[in-house]
Amino acid sequence: MTARKILLVTCLFSTLAWSQVSFDRIVHADKEPQNWLTYSGTMLSQRHSSLTQITPENVKNLQLQWVYQARSLEKFEATPLVVDGILYTVQAPNDVIALDAATGRVYWTYSYSPAAESRPCCGRVNRGLAILGDTLFMGTIDAHLIAIDAKNGKPLWNTTVAKAESGYALTHAPLVVKDKVIVGTAGGEYGIRGFIAAYDVTTGKEAWRFYTVAAPGEPGGDSWKNDAWKTGGGSVWVTGSYDPALNLTYWGIGNPGPDWNGDPRPGDNLYTDSVVALDPDTGKLKWYYQFSPHDEFDYDSVQVPVLADMPWPDKNGRTTQRKLMFWANRNGLFYALDRTSGEFLMGKPFVEVNWMNGFDEKGRPMRVPGKTPSKEGTLIYPGNQGGTNWYSPSFSPRTGLFYIPSWVNYSSIYVKTEQEYVEGRTYGSGVPRSPIPFGRNAQNFRKEDEGYGAVRAVDAKTGEKKWEFKMNDVTEAGILTTDSDLLFSGGREGYFFALDDRTGAPLWKAAVGGTVASGPMTYSVGGRQFVAVAAGSSLFTFALPQ
Amino acid sequence: MRGFIMICAVLLTAGILPAQHEYTPGDVQDGQRLFAASCAICHGPEGDAVPGVDLGHGKFKRASSDGELIPIIEKGIPGTAMPPNNFNDFQAGTIVAYLRSMAASIAVSASIPGDAARGKAIFEGKGNCLNCHRVQGRGSRMGPELTDIGALRRAVQLEQSILDPDAEILPQNRFLRVVTKDGNTVTGRLLNQDAWTIELFDSKERLVTFQKTGVKEYAFIDKSSMPSYKGKLSTQELADLVSYLSSLKGIEAK
Repeated sequence: MTARKILLVTCLFSTLAWSQVSFDRIVHADKEPQNWLTYSGTMLSQRHSSLTQITPENVKNLQLQWVYQARSLEKFEATPLVVDGILYTVQAPNDVIALDAATGRVYWTYSYSPAAESRPCCGRVNRGLAILGDTLFMGTIDAHLIAIDAKNGKPLWNTTVAKAESGYALTHAPLVVKDKVIVGTAGGEYGIRGFIAAYDVTTGKEAWRFYTVAAPGEPGGDSWKNDAWKTGGGSVWVTGSYDPALNLTYWGIGNPGPDWNGDPRPGDNLYTDSVVALDPDTGKLKWYYQFSPHDEFDYDSVQVPVLADMPWPDKNGRTTQRKLMFWANRNGLFYALDRTSGEFLMGKPFVEVNWMNGFDEKGRPMRVPGKTPSKEGTLIYPGNQGGTNWYSPSFSPRTGLFYIPSWVNYSSIYVKTEQEYVEGRTYGSGVPRSPIPFGRNAQNFRKEDEGYGAVRAVDAKTGEKKWEFKMNDVTEAGILTTDSDLLFSGGREGYFFALDDRTGAPLWKAAVGGTVASGPMTYSVGGRQFVAVAAGSSLFTFALPQ
Repeated sequence: MRGFIMICAVLLTAGILPAQHEYTPGDVQDGQRLFAASCAICHGPEGDAVPGVDLGHGKFKRASSDGELIPIIEKGIPGTAMPPNNFNDFQAGTIVAYLRSMAASIAVSASIPGDAARGKAIFEGKGNCLNCHRVQGRGSRMGPELTDIGALRRAVQLEQSILDPDAEILPQNRFLRVVTKDGNTVTGRLLNQDAWTIELFDSKERLVTFQKTGVKEYAFIDKSSMPSYKGKLSTQELADLVSYLSSLKGIEAK
């Protein structure tokens, strides 16, 4: 072979190796832990890495490697993707950045200006990207789905998913399944009718749509009365998961609308506050489980569905390997479901809960009489932000522990009001008020009995709390665990820290000076492990000294 | 729906809020802080400094219900001195909560005209207030700084703090006792804390940080370190002292 041929082959090979993020690679992302190919790391969404260079013994030596400072004062909620040394992330609201994952130097920036009509309820934020082949996918706050060339940052197609002026937005990282890219619509505070939809990765053409609010005549349609389904909410704003063996994709659905007054919408309000299992080829519903029927507390079930296979006892007490789904819900309960059928296996509070006091035999929560929003206000645990929220949890197959960013001893006083729906305007019909001051710096002086944030570890098999790491302030930070038994997280206090994932013992911290409102992730370049987290308006990366 | 802040965004239309809410003590405290920072400069701490308006007693020119007040707080009143404010509905709602709480209490000393000059003499003399408090560069920094207390607190609140200091200790005035592993006990006003550290203003007027790993125990002190002046001041003296404190509006630019 001539030198020229060698060069050609080398170029071709390196191009292929760089560019071809095949779906097979994404499905087997656990086989290449140097990369982070999808929002939660792998399709199982455990946010757990098999990288072990950083250990409980050496984590104290971690050093800051580089910082990317976003030109945005919005919260930096995106989890980056890393593909063969290139890191892709989103500067809020919708600028895509490609950087050298080892040095932080920017290769290109794709700037997108959302329409002025966009009105995401809760910040002009974005939680990340999906990739397939050479193409990145981003949902925008004006409800567009955009495909971008991962090599040069140029847009390939731009599909209007929904009407921004009606309150629809896309804020979560899309999920690629085979030849489709799947997104769901945010906007649960605007009386939207939410949906999940799949688009052809090459053309951006819609392949299917699953409405998260069932219409009359559809399965679940009888869980709504009158015309309430038309404004029923059911937003989607956190990325789902996928089981390739079952060929099912799982998504958490948000609150019904209006949020805090259930009177205009009698019934269970399917599929709000549920997990739905969909066929990714057709969008057909395989099963659902509703965590909070007829929710009046804004308990979006918009959490990451965490998939794991573990021994689990069946109805006869015989323990077999089961395909499970673990779920720490905003409503304060930790769940185990069978992800083949949706069968309810377990539900236990992981924080204080007073809106329900048990389950019936089918796994339906039993509401406590009187614990409902009222004109005078009703004290409910957990409060409006929930026992947890969209913040990514982590599951370590090594420890069998499920790690939850938790708001402990946290409550709201729910006041309900009456409100007419007006398209494009917020539709909440109430207000959750705080029993304690929530203003600037109030947390600095808070007593423990006034609530606190924590990383809580529960035994996934029993739901029992194993340990907690207390923070003074509450937390919006996701959690990462590794095969070296490390746990990384942060919180509003402005630290990024590492704990021993078996005991919760603190091992290392860095003062990053701003709220961690993102999920940490890890990758490696040239055999060197990095840990990255967004805090404040910057992305920080750490590694051991060379 | 997401962050707590985001709750606020849910309330973007005036019609969402009912005519009169039930509010929590937390709302009132949050609203008081915002009122002091943004409203009291024109409306006065009692909310009655603008002619024809008495915010604390429901006397408004253009609104009567809470739902009408909120957009006025946010957007101001064009053509008048009332400017727009950068508050969301939740924040504006806490200000309304505070305004609604004001009418519920009236200072005992309000029945007698107070004399600020006499009050100053009591403050600096008989009351020994400078032993713990500081006004315009004089006095101790241990207790709350009072240079602008008249812009922050109402007369009725000042009176309550003088007569019954334990009745309400604002979160930012909480004291903490810290016992270090090497046996030192330090008491101070809590300035900040997190999972790893405690920041105090200690009794020697030092800004100090404790690593929690070096702390054996720490606890809030529930009682105020301020003595009650109940029975120690006449009603007239109390009125004078409150009058003096109410006159303290902060430093002025020269």
